[in-house]
Amino acid sequence: MSAVASRRLVGQPRYGDHVLSALTASAVMVILVMLAVVIFDVVRGGAGTLSWEFVSQPPRDGMTAGGVFPAVFGTVALTLLMTVAAVPAGVATAIYLVELASPTSRVARLVRVCVANLAGVPSIVFGLFGLGFFIATIGRGIDAVAFGSRPTYGRPCLIWSSLTLAILTMPVVVVATEEAIRAVPRELREASLAVGATRMQTILRVVLPEALSGILTGTILAVSRGAGEVAPILFTGVAYYLPSLPTHLNDQFMSLGYHVYVLATQSPDVDKTKPQLYGTALVLLALTFLLNLVAITIRSRSRRRSGATH
Amino acid sequence: MAGQTTIAAPLAPPKPVSLRRSGGLAERLLEVGIRVVALVSIAAILLILLFVGKEALPIFTSAEVHEEVTPLGLLAPVHQAGEALYSWQPVSELPKYNILPLLAGSLKITLVALVFAVPLSVGAAVYVAEFAGDRVREIVKPTIELLAGIPSVVVGFFALVVLATWVQTAFGTEHRLNAIVAGLGLSFAVCPIIFSVSEDALRAVPRSYREAAIAMGSSRAQTVLRVVLPAAGPGVAASVVLGFGRAVGETMIVLIASGNAALLDASLGHSTRTITATIAQELGEVVIGSAHYDVLFALGALLFVSTFIVNLAGERVVHRMRRKLGTAS
Repeated sequence: MSAVASRRLVGQPRYGDHVLSALTASAVMVILVMLAVVIFDVVRGGAGTLSWEFVSQPPRDGMTAGGVFPAVFGTVALTLLMTVAAVPAGVATAIYLVELASPTSRVARLVRVCVANLAGVPSIVFGLFGLGFFIATIGRGIDAVAFGSRPTYGRPCLIWSSLTLAILTMPVVVVATEEAIRAVPRELREASLAVGATRMQTILRVVLPEALSGILTGTILAVSRGAGEVAPILFTGVAYYLPSLPTHLNDQFMSLGYHVYVLATQSPDVDKTKPQLYGTALVLLALTFLLNLVAITIRSRSRRRSGATH
Repeated sequence: MAGQTTIAAPLAPPKPVSLRRSGGLAERLLEVGIRVVALVSIAAILLILLFVGKEALPIFTSAEVHEEVTPLGLLAPVHQAGEALYSWQPVSELPKYNILPLLAGSLKITLVALVFAVPLSVGAAVYVAEFAGDRVREIVKPTIELLAGIPSVVVGFFALVVLATWVQTAFGTEHRLNAIVAGLGLSFAVCPIIFSVSEDALRAVPRSYREAAIAMGSSRAQTVLRVVLPAAGPGVAASVVLGFGRAVGETMIVLIASGNAALLDASLGHSTRTITATIAQELGEVVIGSAHYDVLFALGALLFVSTFIVNLAGERVVHRMRRKLGTAS
């Protein structure tokens, strides 16, 4: 708004204006080109490999042929479990921050600081944490109590990777949900309370349904972020190759991101695995990108709508 | 809240509450449940600190670990054949745990990333906040933010396959994978953060500042450079700080594209190893509870504490500036 307004305020743009505007516009262009070049390269390199067989078949011949189905399956299982943990926790945090906590609450302020900082913790530190907390402490604790110390949950597996990722992606859900709950007009809450609904009924039946698109945006962004992360799952459950799909929470799993990493850095025959590598990178990029695109579309649409009603 | 009670009170005093009593206990339990779950983030931060710190602690307390490494040994050189060596060789006959090459590596790559990303992202933010029309902004802003949505392992792969070749052709670097390649790759991850925090900061500058400058006869360029940017200065600085935090903590891009040789030198064209890549590469093969394991956790703790401080400072500045400009307008 301010840019448009100030343009009208100025009469004739001067020489310096053109220089600055051209310089900064070229900065925008460079960033957009960076984005385009990555996408272009991965799409060009991977398009030849991508096919229905590639996403539905297991790898063959030492990763030089076949597909990446187990990695797709593992990534989906991983992010689904992650969502089950991260979304309720994130939504509850957002409800607390906006609806329940008093504006001067110190606890609420601490929660806010922690959410913001959780988003900035390096992903590899989450990996260390998952290993030290979930596997070495919780998992081994479960084993000692329920499985006679036989390593059952005290080892890298699906559930610990999912929970580690859930902590990492929870801030994404909190931020998106909080924004959406704040955008719900005050009149709706007042109307609900005025007809006799309690605070909880108002939150659950009036505020949350209104904020649904925001929660959805947060969930999709969290899934997209979680699907692309590799560092947190390195030591908490991912495996390079498994002959069978994971069926239990304590099974190891394959993932697209880790597959890209290993194919890119530890391939014995680079030229032979290159098509597989590009294909996997393309599947991962397409997955995260489409999710992001959907989330951004939902968000901008609901922002415009809520902007129009005020 | 105050408005709601004053509206509800005169109309129907305690009646609605008594009508809904039946759901009272369940509701109260739900509310308590939500309040408890909301503490998860606090618990997570504390547990991360506790569990990463716990595994690092033996370096300071355990005599057994001290036979291999002491806190001082992480920084002091090893003297060998009259030469002072700063080397990280945890898997050798005489393990060496000098972390200076790793610290230097992290800083070197981060510096390259920031030198590239800061002018670009701040410039782009100035364009989007000050020059672009509404329609352009609506397209450009989410598109730049899409860059943050590319998985870092894909960016790392791109740096390995494409950027490395370009850099070698352009600079004739000694090693194909080096600090420049990793730094450039890293800038892909850093640009969106610096851009969006800077853009927010610029947009938070009240319109009246611009109007006043223009009324005094400034051109738009003068207004941007002498009024808007200085007013948004703390926010722009914070964006750089947050970008620094992201760059230091990034793992996959540097793991794939930096070459991973732990050399202590100033050359940007040499293979370089960071703290994050060291943890990622070595933790999988280490004996749990060994000195090496403890040192890797100590590196993790160092990373956690330093990024925590950096992020806290960045968030603070952004917060304070918003409040200041909000009251000033």
